[in-house]
Amino acid sequence: MKKSKLAGFALCAMALTTLTQCFTDKQNEGKRLYAQHCQSCHMDDGSGLRGLIPPIAKADYLQTHRDELACLIRQGADGPMVVNGITYNKEMPGVKTLRDDQITNLLNYIQTNFGNQNERYTMSEVKEMLEACPPHHE
Amino acid sequence: MNFNYKPLAAALIILTGLFGFSCQGGDSGKTLPILGSREPVERVVNGETIIDTVYHQVPDFAFINQDSQVISQETVKGKIYVTDFFFTTCPSICPKMKSQMLRVYEKYKDNPNVVLLSHTIDPAHDTVAVLKDYADRMNVRSDKWHFLTGNRDSIYDMALSYFVGVQEDEQAEGGFAHSGDFMLIDQNRHIRGHYHGTEQEDVDRLMQDMDLLLKEQQHEEK
Repeated sequence: MKKSKLAGFALCAMALTTLTQCFTDKQNEGKRLYAQHCQSCHMDDGSGLRGLIPPIAKADYLQTHRDELACLIRQGADGPMVVNGITYNKEMPGVKTLRDDQITNLLNYIQTNFGNQNERYTMSEVKEMLEACPPHHE
Repeated sequence: MNFNYKPLAAALIILTGLFGFSCQGGDSGKTLPILGSREPVERVVNGETIIDTVYHQVPDFAFINQDSQVISQETVKGKIYVTDFFFTTCPSICPKMKSQMLRVYEKYKDNPNVVLLSHTIDPAHDTVAVLKDYADRMNVRSDKWHFLTGNRDSIYDMALSYFVGVQEDEQAEGGFAHSGDFMLIDQNRHIRGHYHGTEQEDVDRLMQDMDLLLKEQQHEEK
């Protein structure tokens, strides 16, 4: 009798946790972060701005520079960059305030939306990449 | 006293009908308002006093475009134009404004009666060379879309004449605060509409109004 009560309690707690997990915005964090930090320049549909801001949508750069993207988001980018055969040269500000897990969510959102069907990142993978970011001077 | 209301009522009804008709005018007769202050000016012709309405008109101007050419009221003479204020390093609303303006450019790039004028509000950074690079990268023709720089105060005064809010603001992203408005100006340099340059639907409306204005212009020329 006591055992089943305990099991029931545990089950209830588990159900509650799952439910509350569902209602947090965690799942859509990547989307939210994109809207907050990326969208005004890279556009709602990830198309960028012709000749000036590279696209996110179907960008070969996401695959060819997969391992550099985490640092790119944190530190920003400067200098020429070739995306889908077009050279861009506009500074992108980094978002230093993003945590490792947030960058993971953002990257996975980018890699699997806007017509992209690229490999997802694991959290530990991104952590490793971020630890190995090249020294950045302001 | 016996007063007959009937003719008066009938007249009122007819007047209301006429007024209502002239207000709506059907879709084909729709005209755009002239924005800004207006004042009556009296003049005497053949001994009769005539009252003219003088509308707000964009004053003369002279700025330099990405090809180092002087762009003035002469450049837009007899044409309609769309104008906005931005800066090339703007991290907030400008890319969206420019992507929407590109739609307008693509639609009217072969129409000789349409011009686009984008003023920088950061002339210290946005020199002719910077604007040239910006326009070339977007691959837009400089005889159609002029990116203008010049004297800072003249640009800011010009923004006021177009009713566009701009100011330097250290708190704002990129150091400048400005509205994302697109203003539509007719061939008489009257302002005929303002639109949110960051919103696709409103820029659709702008292009509809441009078509109306071009028709009106054709009509006037006939």
